[in-house]
This record gives sequence, C-alpha cells and structure tokens, in this order.
Amino acid sequence: MKPYLLVDFGSTYTKLTCVDLDREYIIGTSKATTTVETNVLDGYNKALNRLLRDHPEIKEDKISGISACSSAAGGLKMAAIGLVEELTVEAAKRACLGAGAIVNLVFSHHMTKREIKKLEEADIDIILLAGGTNGGNQECLLHNAKRLRDSSIDVPIIIAGNKDASDNIDDIFEDSGKEYYIVANVMPQLKKLDVKETKNRIRRIFIEKIIEAKGIKKAEEQMDEIIMPTPEAVLLASELLSEGFEDDEGYGELMVIDIGGATTDVHTIGEGFPKRTEVIMKGLQEPFAKRTVEGDLGMRYSANALLSLVSNYEFKKYFSDDDKCDHNIKKSLERRKNDIDFIPQTKDEEEFDKAIAKICCDVSMSRHVGHVEVVHTPLGDMYYQTGKDLSDIKYVIGTGGVLISNSDAKIILKQVNKKSNRALELRPNNPSYLIDKSYILSSMGLLSQKHPRIALKLMKQYLL
Amino acid sequence: MKTVVIGVIGADVHAVGNKIIDYVLSENGYNVVNIGVLSTQEDFINAAIETDAKAILVSSLYGHGEMDVRFMKEKCDEAGLGHVKLYVGGNIVVGKQDVSEVEKRFKKMGFDRVYPPGVKIEDALTDLKEDIGI
Ligand code: B12
Repeated sequence: MKPYLLVDFGSTYTKLTCVDLDREYIIGTSKATTTVETNVLDGYNKALNRLLRDHPEIKEDKISGISACSSAAGGLKMAAIGLVEELTVEAAKRACLGAGAIVNLVFSHHMTKREIKKLEEADIDIILLAGGTNGGNQECLLHNAKRLRDSSIDVPIIIAGNKDASDNIDDIFEDSGKEYYIVANVMPQLKKLDVKETKNRIRRIFIEKIIEAKGIKKAEEQMDEIIMPTPEAVLLASELLSEGFEDDEGYGELMVIDIGGATTDVHTIGEGFPKRTEVIMKGLQEPFAKRTVEGDLGMRYSANALLSLVSNYEFKKYFSDDDKCDHNIKKSLERRKNDIDFIPQTKDEEEFDKAIAKICCDVSMSRHVGHVEVVHTPLGDMYYQTGKDLSDIKYVIGTGGVLISNSDAKIILKQVNKKSNRALELRPNNPSYLIDKSYILSSMGLLSQKHPRIALKLMKQYLL
Repeated sequence: MKTVVIGVIGADVHAVGNKIIDYVLSENGYNVVNIGVLSTQEDFINAAIETDAKAILVSSLYGHGEMDVRFMKEKCDEAGLGHVKLYVGGNIVVGKQDVSEVEKRFKKMGFDRVYPPGVKIEDALTDLKEDIGI
C-alpha cells in the first residue's frame, strides 16, 4: 500500500481523500470543520484522525505524500481591470476565473478616483490590470497603473496589458513599494486570448502570499505543498477527464456544475464552435477550459439574491409537480441566508432546497452557455453567436454539497437542457448526467499534477 | 508603426477585397487589424480603442453601406475616437449613382474620405499617408 493524501481546505469543511497509489483506489475520505480562525491544523488533524480511525490500514508514517488546495477564508478574491468591456476587461476576467479566483470588482477604461477608492475599500487579494493589444493602446494602461501606484492599495498587482508599455510600467512602479508583476498580455491581438502566464502568476502569488494571509500557511508544516485554489483543481480535473491521458481516452466535451452555499460555478471543457454553418462567431476567443462563477446564485449565503432574480410566479415553477406545500418563498430564503448551516429536516424543506438548486442550475446555465442572436439584414436573417455552443456536450457532472447528497441530484441537473423560452441559448441537448458522489473532483485535480493516469482512472470509477 | 482597422460592415460577405486591402496596407508599412466580414460598427470601434488605431477603413460591397454606416461617426466620438480618421469605400451605394452626390452624403455623415466604386486601395495610400503618416 502506498497511501497519498489529498486535502481540500474548503470554506466550511476540510476534506481529506486518501488514495492508494499501488492498487489505484480510494481508500477513504473524511472531513471536519475548517478552522482558519484559530489554527487551520486543528480541523485538518481532526479530519485526519477520523480517516485513520475509520481506516486502520492507513499507517500515518507510511503516507507517501500530501497535496492540498484551498478555498478557505473566502477563496481567492480578485479585481479585474481592462479597457473595452467586451475585450480586455473580459479577457482579464477570464484569466482570474480560470485561475480559480472570484472576481469581486471589475473596472473598464480610465479609472477614476472614486473607483480607486472603491478598490481600496474592498477586500481583494490580487489585482489584475490589462488594457490594449500589443502595439495598441498604452495610454489607458499607464493611466490606471499610475492611479494604482498613487493609491493605498497594498496587494499584489499583475499587469497583463500591452507589452509596449512594460518599460513605462516599470518606471511607474519602481520605488513605489508596490508588489507588481508584468506578464504576457491577456489579449495580445484583437480577440485573441492568452491567459497562461497570468494564471501561473496568480497561482504563484497564491502559494507564496495568499495562503499565508489567510492563515492556511501553517498547514504546510504538515504537508508537502498547498498548490492551488480549489476551483482551479476542479478545472484541472475536468480537463483531464475530458481530454484523457496518453492511451486512456477521456469523456470528450463535458461540463461540471458546482452548486455551493455562496456561488454556483460552471466549468466547461470544449471548443464550443458553432455547430451550424450560417452562424458567425462574435466576441473574444473563448477559453477551451472555461469557468464562470455566479456570486448571486447559492444555497445559503446568497439565497436572498434569488428574490431579485426570479419572481414568485417563476419560482413556483421549480417546485415538483407532486409538491403540495404552500411555500413561503421569501421567508424560506431569508431563513437560509440567516442560518448558513441550515440543514433541511422536513420533506417540505428538502423540496424548497431542491427548488433553489434548480434555479441555481438553470440561471447559471443561461449565463454560461453561448447565445445566438438573430440579425435581420437586408438579405434576410443571419445568426451571430457569442460564447460557446455547448449543444453537443456529452456529460454534465454535478458536484458541491446539495448535489452530491441529494437523491434527486440528476433531476436538479436536468435544468441544464431546459429549453422553454430559451431557444437562443446554446445549452446541452442530450447529455448524460453524472454525480461526484464521493466529492473527489478537487482531489483528483490535485492528484492529476503528479499522477494523471490514476486520477483519470479514479474519476471514471467514482463519478456515477 | 501606425495601426489601421479594416473590415467589411453589415451583413456583407464579400471577402476578397478585404484580403487585398489587408495585404496592400501591410506591405506598405501599416499594422493592419482586420476584423473581417460581417462586422458591426461596435466591432470597428472596440478594435480601434484597444489597438490604438489611427484610421478605420470601412468597406461595403453589397449596396447597403449607406444604411450600415449611419451614426458611426457619432459612435466614434462617443467612444473617444474623435481623432481617428474614418474612411469608406467599395460599392458603397446601390447601382451607379452620381459620385459627387454620394461623396457629399457620406461626408455629411462624418467620413473623412469617401471612395466610389473602382477606386482601388492603392489609390487611397497617398491619402492615408497624408492623414496619418506611416
Ligand atoms: C464575388 C462576388 C460575390 C460573392 C462573394 C464571395 C465572397 N465571399 O467574397 C457572392 C456570390 C457570395 C456574392 C454575393 C452577393 N453579391 Co456580390 N459580387 C461579387 C463580385 C462578382 C466580385 C467581388 C469581388 O471579390 N471583387 C474583387 C475585389 C478585389 O474587389 P472589391 O471587392 O470591389 O474590393 C476592392 C475595391 O472595392 C476597393 N475597396 C473596397 N473597400 C474599400 C474601402 C476603402 C476605404 C477603399 C479605399 C477601397 C476599398 O479595394 C478592394 C481591393 O482592391 C462583385 C462584382 C464585381 N465585379 O465587383 C459582385 C457584387 C459586389 N455583388 C453584388 C451583390 C448585389 C451581391 C448580392 C446582394 C447578390 C444577391 N442578391 O444575393 C450578394 C450579397 C451577399 C452578402 N451578404 O454580402 C453587387 C453589389 C451591387 C451594389 N453595391 O450596388 C456586385 C457589385 C455585382 C453587381 N454588379 O451587381 N457576391
């Protein structure tokens, strides 16, 4: 036996997955409440003791390696700044999301003092500044760099804009005491996306700085590495499962939906090119592995936000046909927002949670998938496509608290191909549904860094 | 190197001239950002902002150009591109019409240079050099 331990410091739970690298199976999993406020190791040790207690075959001193990811203490929060909304602003946002961050603030064009103030007051871990293609606009990038330099902001700033401005950027930040990094332009040419260097830099800052600031660094005493934010691990796992490894084939184009307490994350792996010929692609190039995060769609923290998204009338449509309860929608949502640890006890409460999950799934899908737009031209109708065409997606995989424990998880997931009134959304047509029942996706993303073949094999076995 | 944005506006798919313009301008020392056929006014404008273009060359071949370019100048001004030269050429109106009349109408809409059918891109190079340099 060669046990390998994968740790996910989540916002609520610290989750452990122990894999036997020799026999290539999951020995066991365990969890305990995350304890970043006191000592993050308390929760970790508790979970580890549980694991060792339930699986005496694991000998602690025989554990061959430990890797961890984290979304504790609010996850990785970023601000994205660019020039044109549809272009470098969007490119910057995608770089942040692809690196596993949550984008809390977005700015475009020339930043004003008011906007800088907002940024100073916000709880942000890293700032990403973009703007201009290579050889293109520098003036706006330099303006924003100066504004950032003159601010009281003391978090790392990554500059991923017009390369021509690099020397001037150095001049601006030199002796400013600010921590800044210049990386490759996120949009080197018009509509071309290049987020690799930015993502790598975000990950390095995360490892070197952020985990310290969030009180997770301590955990390093007991493990080899805390290598990435949890959402990035999920994205890596999805990529591996989609593309396969060497001779082991992957599942092809797929989607992962993670409905959490505060956000709903959607990941898709696939080109998403138009499936019909009369369609013209519009907008910025789409990332092959795409992640979107909806901060207003969640089971608990953001439950209240649903009130402003869907009317009572629409909400009711998400209850099952055989649900006879006369739910008080507003009260039930507020209750969940105020008590984030709320666990449904009655059938009615379960039904209500299910309806919330369905809405999260349905609305996040509308926002993630590409759209076609009919343009009436002098020569008849034509179609513009913005975003990815996901109609041929083969697998939709559900993960996150409400989906992994719900016996109706697949019914919730089926919202993804709900077509009524949404003819112009390019949703999956006829996917197969899988559930991450053992909650292993982030662990498999971690494992994929060193043992991709085993991670792929385990995902194929454990996603049902 | 000066940047120019080129493209074919509206629901127009005539792609050959666009490729030639790209080639000729690149050969003559311009950084050409080609947004291709079927482009909207916003596509031209967004491209010009990010790439710091000094001129936008709009092509229209299929006859509906006059409709497609309406209020484009106003949108450029709105987007802070008042300084960017705006050219239009190709078969910009339906059929054969009085050239000076056509030119007048497009200039009134804010275009700096208007090229009737038959004017090749080579012929416009001197204007471009005069307006924005190389
Ligand atoms: C090939 C062609 C097509 C092909 C296009 C294939 C493709 N994807 O490129 C197809 C069959 C699809 C097609 C369709 C149509 N076409 Co057609 N097509 C032609 C044709 C025969 C040649 C065009 C061409 O490639 N020329 C060669 C290139 C090098 O020249 P160019 O495009 O004119 O571009 C040069 C100059 O105009 C100039 N230029 C262009 N833009 C600019 C801008 C500036 C600033 C400057 C300085 C110069 C400049 O420089 C370019 C390079 O030298 C022309 C007739 C002709 N001989 O021009 C008709 C023509 C352009 N088409 C015409 C029409 C009407 C149509 C249709 C509406 C027909 C229909 N009813 O379906 C459709 C429209 C489809 C659409 N949505 O756009 C008309 C336009 C009439 C008008 N403007 O009043 C033309 C002129 C034929 C005619 N005499 O009636 N067409």
